[in-house]
Amino acid sequence: MRGATHAKWAACAAAVALAATACGGGDSSSGGGGGDGSAVLSASWGDPQNPLEPANTNEVQGGKVLDMVFRGLKRYDPKSGKAEDMLADKIETTDSQNFTVTVKSGWKFSNGEAVTAKSFVDAWNYGASLKNNQKNAYFFGYIDGYDKVHPDSGSQSATTLTGLKVTGTDTFTIKLTQKFSTFPDTLGYAAYSPLPSTFFSDHAAWLKKPVGNGPYTISSYTKGSQMQLKKWDGYTGTDKAQNGGVTLKVYTDNNTAYTDLMAGNLDLVDDIPASQLKNVKSDLGGRYINTPAGIIQTLAFPYYDKNWNKSGSEKVRTGLSMAINRDQITNTIFQKTRTPATDWTSPVLGTEGGFQDGLCGDACKYNPTEAKKLVQEGGGIPGGQVKITYNADTGSHKEWVDAVCNSINNALGNDKACVGNPVGTFADFRNQIGQHKMTGPFRAGWQMDYPLIQNFLQPLYYTKASSNDGLWSNKDFDKLVNQANAETDTSKAIKLFQQAEGVVRDNMAAIPLWYQNGSAGYSDRLSNVALNPFSVPVYNEIKVS
Amino acid sequence: MGRYVIRRLLQMIPVFIGATLLIFLMVNVMGDPIAGLCGDRQCDPATAAQLKREFGLDKPVWQQYLTYMGNVFTGDFGTAFNGQKVTELMATAFPVTIRLTLVAIVIEVVVGIALGVITGLKRGRPIDTGVLLLTLVVISIPTFVTGLLLQLLLGVEWGWIKPSVSPEATFSELIVPGLVLASVSLAYVTRLTRTSIAENRRSDYVRTAVAKGLPRRRVIVRHLLRNSLIPVVTFIGTDIGALMGGAIVTERIFNIHGVGFQLYQGIVRQNTQTVVGFVTVLVLVFLVANLLVDLLYAVLDPRIRYA
Repeated sequence: MRGATHAKWAACAAAVALAATACGGGDSSSGGGGGDGSAVLSASWGDPQNPLEPANTNEVQGGKVLDMVFRGLKRYDPKSGKAEDMLADKIETTDSQNFTVTVKSGWKFSNGEAVTAKSFVDAWNYGASLKNNQKNAYFFGYIDGYDKVHPDSGSQSATTLTGLKVTGTDTFTIKLTQKFSTFPDTLGYAAYSPLPSTFFSDHAAWLKKPVGNGPYTISSYTKGSQMQLKKWDGYTGTDKAQNGGVTLKVYTDNNTAYTDLMAGNLDLVDDIPASQLKNVKSDLGGRYINTPAGIIQTLAFPYYDKNWNKSGSEKVRTGLSMAINRDQITNTIFQKTRTPATDWTSPVLGTEGGFQDGLCGDACKYNPTEAKKLVQEGGGIPGGQVKITYNADTGSHKEWVDAVCNSINNALGNDKACVGNPVGTFADFRNQIGQHKMTGPFRAGWQMDYPLIQNFLQPLYYTKASSNDGLWSNKDFDKLVNQANAETDTSKAIKLFQQAEGVVRDNMAAIPLWYQNGSAGYSDRLSNVALNPFSVPVYNEIKVS
Repeated sequence: MGRYVIRRLLQMIPVFIGATLLIFLMVNVMGDPIAGLCGDRQCDPATAAQLKREFGLDKPVWQQYLTYMGNVFTGDFGTAFNGQKVTELMATAFPVTIRLTLVAIVIEVVVGIALGVITGLKRGRPIDTGVLLLTLVVISIPTFVTGLLLQLLLGVEWGWIKPSVSPEATFSELIVPGLVLASVSLAYVTRLTRTSIAENRRSDYVRTAVAKGLPRRRVIVRHLLRNSLIPVVTFIGTDIGALMGGAIVTERIFNIHGVGFQLYQGIVRQNTQTVVGFVTVLVLVFLVANLLVDLLYAVLDPRIRYA
């Protein structure tokens, strides 16, 4: 039997290979061929939602391109997720608040312009300035003078950040408004990329064909359909592209991309459609990747609603958490592309980075009898029914919300204890959350900006933080976060963040559901394919034969 | 005839205004589109406020509608959220969908009318029953099933076509998607033609033509077909608009970056400018197609011309 499957495998592989070479002719993939690193691969892509500017790109599709075209001061190691120096020669500080950055010399943008300290400072000032509508402007919020450049309301009174000063061709200083010891490690995020002077002098032309300093250059870009990236031979970094280029093709539907992969028309799909997860192992065998990404999904609560914010509520929340059978849901609905969560961060951080397997303890283990007891002790479900709000337009959220509700109903022995509450569009869903209209738990997802425990806690649970949608507030938590940020020793800072996470746990501020994996499949022309902790393929390391 | 055309053109104005207003209201009822732009986090209030101002979303809906319509008459359909002009999106999307629709219409007309004439002339024979059964099957299967099935069989299993259409979307690539898009209408055209032909076969003018000793081919094409085509032309005319709008499913399956794709993205991202812009043009297409149908009547039947 084993032998038979192997034979079948070989036949399939051969068929795919034949199809790939037969169909490849019409494509751009007819580059050089052979294993000399000049062959071009094609990969699935989605139409970026916003204009492709580093500080304006907040979703994965645009982020892919930035990752190929830009290199910043730091870069997150594709395997470990650790922030390592890229363009930064050194970043020094004595007080965790004032930093001196030295940029490596010799780096260039692909148009020949040198990357200097000014390329960074200008780019950051652009990103922070309110008039440029950059959706990631808040990344510069820690830098001194941000409130002048980007006030919460009214018009800006300054155009540049006072906290940034160019002190030499290759050096600049950063002054923060508060102590933030892990700040240098955040600088690997794409929003902190340097920008060439053409970005400012001819913005429209730059947007048509972005110019950066990364291992690839954009050779053609047809908005909404495809982008061709070529290996840049003048690239001076150590992470040179191992292939001749990447053609990103926009797909209307990830099912079509998957079909194209099966037919040999496409080399790489980085979003396996949910409906294909059952077949993907038999379709692709070893060419299917399913690795953890820095994404956690939770149920958040509306703390602005008195019913969810009274003494004893934490027992109800813990009870609900215990009523959810995470193992069963991740196995049957997600086909193991999610891992049941046992803390509020992500395994990609590693234990050194602050991930604590099992921190949630019994509260995240399925225990229907204890769940029922706790909910009763806590005064029962507010209003008698839990309504889990989610957006029904994308991401097949309906399936798991229904499953979670089912699990809760079974545990509490009441088939009306929990119902899903779909909202038509994502925009409307975000709108209702923003206006604090939630009456019960709602779907919350967090994709990390950078692999730091700080990023999983502060934006979500700190009082009035940018993504604290439920308005949770706890003095102990805030105090511990402040202490952690002021701590210059990284390992001590992480310990303090973990203590803060303990406060989140004791109050069950949000119910952790599961960690999301990145999934991808590729043709047998490719080797050395991997996803980084952001679930983006590491394009420059892919080899094409 | 001239007055008739002018009257028809004037009738288009209220339809156009009503349709665009409805779409405008529907898109706006769905909530604040800016809220969805920042992903799973809240947009910072200052940026959100500024974006709203830029897209004109801070004004009352009636005022937004008036400004929008004012701009439309100068050819300005606004800007999509990704910074592209909506007219630019239209310039890339419409040619593709028009090509797809053309392929579909040609298949519909050629195959549909041919099958209709054959079955209409051979009523009750095995070929008639066979085609009737076939059209029944086609009508009862939804487009996405036909589309996915053909894609899987022709694209993956047999490797005759590429499962997805390239950005250029050439005519040859669009044949299979066009066939899928046309399939249901094709069945209707066949059945309409068949009934009409079968009915008119017994009419006086056909008998006269046969009695005059005209060749069979001339009787069928000039006399029988010409008069039988009126209901078919009506159907095909209204179908042009339906095909362009209904391409959403087919375009998604075959990865065609046309009107359907842009509309779908616009709706998911709640991009008012894109959705209203594309629908406005589609409404125009509908209206013009209907007008053409009415004018074609006059060509087919002289009695209508002088009425």
